[in-house]
Amino acid sequence: MSALRTEKSDGVIVITLDLPGEPVNKITRELRQEFDDLLPRVEADPDVMAAVLISGKPGSFIAGADIDEFVKLESREHAEQLVRTGQSLINRFAASTKPFVAAIDGACLGGGLETALACSYRIAASSPSTTLGLPEVQLGILPAAGGCQRLPRLIGVRAALDMILAGKIVPAKRALRLGIVDELVHPATLRYVALNAARRLADGWRPKRKRGGLAGLLLDGNRLGRSIVFRAARRQVAKKTGGNYPAPLAAIDAIRVGLNRGRKRGLEREAQHFGQLAVSEVSRNLVKIFFATTALKKDFGTDDEGIEPNEVRNLGVVGAGFMGAAIGGVAVLRSSVDVRFREADWDRLSRGLGFAKGILKSRLERRRLTKYEYRNLVPLISGTTDWSGFGRTDLVIEAVFEDLGAKHEVFRQLEDVVGDRCVLASNTSTIPIAQIASATEHPERVIGMHFFSPVEKMPLLEIIVADETAPWATATAVNFGRQMGKTVIAVRDRPGFWVNRILAPYMNEAGRLLEEGVPIEMIDRLMTEFGFPVGPITLLDEIGLDVAGKASRVMSEAFSDRITVLTGLQKMVDLGRLGRKSGRGFYSYEKGKKKGVDQSVYEVLGVSPSTRKSQGEVRDRLVYSMLNEAARAYEESVVRSARDGDLGAIFGIGYPPFRGGPLRYLDSVGAAQAVDALKQLADSFGERLAPAPILERMAETGARFYSDN
Amino acid sequence: MTPTNSGRRVAVVAGCRTPFCKAGTDLKGISAVDLAKHATVELIHRANLDGHAVDEMFFGQVVPNPLVPNLAREVSLLPQFPKHIPAASINRACASANAAIVDGASQIALGNADVVIAGGAENLSDIPILHSRRFSDLLVGLSKAKSFGDRLRLATTFRPRDLVPVTPAIAEPSTGETMGQSAEKMAKENHIEREDQDKFALRSHQLAAKGTEDGRLTAEIAPIVVRDRVVNTDNGIRSDTNLEKMAELKPVFDRKHGTVTAGNSSPLTDGGAAVLLMSEESAKALGYTPLAFIRSYAVAALDPGDQLLMGPAYAVPEALDRARIVWDQLGLVEMHEAFASQALSNIQAFESEEWARVRLGRSEPIGKINWESLNVMGGSIAIGHPFGATGARLTTTLANEMNRRDVEFGLISVCAQGGMGFAMVLERA
Repeated sequence: MSALRTEKSDGVIVITLDLPGEPVNKITRELRQEFDDLLPRVEADPDVMAAVLISGKPGSFIAGADIDEFVKLESREHAEQLVRTGQSLINRFAASTKPFVAAIDGACLGGGLETALACSYRIAASSPSTTLGLPEVQLGILPAAGGCQRLPRLIGVRAALDMILAGKIVPAKRALRLGIVDELVHPATLRYVALNAARRLADGWRPKRKRGGLAGLLLDGNRLGRSIVFRAARRQVAKKTGGNYPAPLAAIDAIRVGLNRGRKRGLEREAQHFGQLAVSEVSRNLVKIFFATTALKKDFGTDDEGIEPNEVRNLGVVGAGFMGAAIGGVAVLRSSVDVRFREADWDRLSRGLGFAKGILKSRLERRRLTKYEYRNLVPLISGTTDWSGFGRTDLVIEAVFEDLGAKHEVFRQLEDVVGDRCVLASNTSTIPIAQIASATEHPERVIGMHFFSPVEKMPLLEIIVADETAPWATATAVNFGRQMGKTVIAVRDRPGFWVNRILAPYMNEAGRLLEEGVPIEMIDRLMTEFGFPVGPITLLDEIGLDVAGKASRVMSEAFSDRITVLTGLQKMVDLGRLGRKSGRGFYSYEKGKKKGVDQSVYEVLGVSPSTRKSQGEVRDRLVYSMLNEAARAYEESVVRSARDGDLGAIFGIGYPPFRGGPLRYLDSVGAAQAVDALKQLADSFGERLAPAPILERMAETGARFYSDN
Repeated sequence: MTPTNSGRRVAVVAGCRTPFCKAGTDLKGISAVDLAKHATVELIHRANLDGHAVDEMFFGQVVPNPLVPNLAREVSLLPQFPKHIPAASINRACASANAAIVDGASQIALGNADVVIAGGAENLSDIPILHSRRFSDLLVGLSKAKSFGDRLRLATTFRPRDLVPVTPAIAEPSTGETMGQSAEKMAKENHIEREDQDKFALRSHQLAAKGTEDGRLTAEIAPIVVRDRVVNTDNGIRSDTNLEKMAELKPVFDRKHGTVTAGNSSPLTDGGAAVLLMSEESAKALGYTPLAFIRSYAVAALDPGDQLLMGPAYAVPEALDRARIVWDQLGLVEMHEAFASQALSNIQAFESEEWARVRLGRSEPIGKINWESLNVMGGSIAIGHPFGATGARLTTTLANEMNRRDVEFGLISVCAQGGMGFAMVLERA
């Protein structure tokens, strides 16, 4: 079956892309060959004056290049060769003597947008699914089929850098404003408008495109201005990536070369960079994470086949405090469910309702919601001080304070009011779900939904599955979490679950280093250089020292051989230095902005900072604390797979994605190597750093967490 | 108990309302639509109702916002409901919510619907203020004018007084008599003394205060957060007032010889209310225990040039006849109190042999008021009277109290602008 259908209409050939057997169009080897056959015929056909490129698939113009083909690349040479093939195809659109019009309805990404950019004219349909972008850097590569050449020429260097360096995907309306597309039309008229445009282009009409104004002339339009722009971009990239991601820098280089030395040289540079990046460890890891995230979306967190999640239309939230209100607000925003809050009194309830509505309001103010969407969502937020409305809930999330007695009371009362098929979830981060469930008559429908704060921003959700939890309850919670836009992993009911479990020894070690006199800046800097978004001490300030202290007490009870409650933390709490929220922690804050380290910290802790410890020691002690705990927790089946564990660490902690996650990273280090390192650390700094038994076994057998590398 | 009218029995399953607040106070800025929506969302939560079960909606509103001509449809487009629930807004003046309930009940009785939400809302802090006729004509003319010259010519006809806005008055379009003047006329013609009016109003406040304190009134109210403040009670109820204070108030509509004051009249009020109606079978199938069934109703109208607010004295006997019961079988009566003079005039007529003979052609008076069962939680004078919503409040209050007292029959009576009267008999489920 063919992917291309053609049809002639009054001098215009309409080429319809419809990849057989695929949900979306992508640029595969077969498609390239079909184009290779078709384009010369179009060129030679005297009846054809112009062409329209349109998709036969709803919601997808061209979603990009075929990732499977890209993954199979084995060498730099292969990669370069692949990309040159792509370039030459796309160049043929651009070089054609007959104008091509891209009629874009649905996703137009990566190679898809590069194809459209090579056309003479672009028309986007105003459907919500129409999005455009060059997201390549998110996979550790760069747009290499002319994207780094054509986009800056079309919309200016600054706008193009803004899109390419972050891999930004924009809706059609914004694409029109940026000048990526020439027209925005109703989807029903797309074909008609495209045909007309093609005929006019064939008659010699040329669209007038806006130039970037004075700033554009000064910054985009000449070499000197551009050099300023490039320098600023490089600086920003360095700040954002800590030098760990080469792709954005490569893209800047390819854009620069293209603009300064011509498109041909630019394309050449794109190909070279692509060859190098495509087979790099960074890109490989990012691609694996992409696949893992995609696979996770089809996983309902249970091994039982054929379990269907219950639909959640009505959500109950018990406790409208900071967490509860945010959970409810995000649930309304992302999944349009009817949310009923329950609080002890109307004072607290009204504050919670206000906070939840505030989440919608801030979206309205940032124009992420229209006035009408906003008005339709607000009535979904309501509350009560009794249990009215809970009889119609499909899922209830409890978010009262962390006290077992209080939670038991809530769950007992809930059981009296909710229906049989309602799932009861707790947002606890420290109390075992089994203990909470023990107060109920039906522990099989009790589960944990561990959200991270701030709920609006944090992408991860841990679903805590107790031994007695029924698969339908797990599937319902996982599915709903996903509807809320979260990356959801199912985790076993063990202390700290997954994220806090592997975080605890790492934070503990940071605290020890601090008490040994290692400067705060050094600890944080080494970890951001490793690739974490923030260092552990900054993280403590963000979480709040009181909260962190409480968590560390719980963890030290469960894992007393590895985690001890640090006295320094308590001293800080006693002084009211709770971190960012109190304006003062390890760092000082002014008007919510982080200033430098508050030097008086060392006095509080009774140490004098000294840099005599080696960077290697500090880094290893921190990194291996987390890796080792990840291995232990994996052995205890806290996560269902290495994939879940790595995604949890990446989305929950910000574990550097380019390293693939802690378990993937252990694989790349090698178990034997890791065991050696840990043994040495244990000898010098204590048994807590002794290698996890599973690592020792893996070191002997050569086993790995993943079988795919 | 068999229904008197043909068709299926209609159950009142639940009811709920916003707090009723004097116009321009706590609910200022919350549109009537939003008040109706709030009452409705809370109603379905409290009733644990799935929005998909609802077949139709009817809401009353007397002074609609021209930008939202059909309030009921906006309510039925709440995200809790599927988009395909038809809805109509009804205007029968102060009996609008009653009319909405009757329309819903009729659809159920006829077998066209099983589950209906009916209610009403009014926000008198958000009434449309109109431009003068001349200014409106000028604006329309300008938008139609074709040339600059035409526009200029039209513009020269403008006079500053054209800008004086027109506020809708509560006056009879057919007679020009305001509601207050009518109440004053009734007080005089029926010899209702100032002191009796004040006593009646005081009773309303005292009983409403008691109903609020013991939670019977509060139970109907869905608290609403307005500008970060929780509004959870009716704000017109004066628990601290007394006859002396009321006597000090000056008459409003006849300053010299009048007796009708702000104290013995219902205030302009903002609020919304909603009632859940079901066919008897649906209520059973969905697992609800009805509060009451609608036994009968009647609407009457008289010449607005006559005593405007005497409508109930015609509608009540008719509703009782249709219910095939007599006055003395009523265990509770909820009477809308537009003015104390109006309520007392109606009571006078209920008890009057002459009224029965001359006006109704009956030998016996309608019935004698039992003060122990009349407006037992106060009435509109104290609680307030959002025109479009009052009927739903009366229905909810009556149905709930019939349950508390285990009363077999209850009566609702409402007077309305245009010389209309409404009456409905509920029977205990």
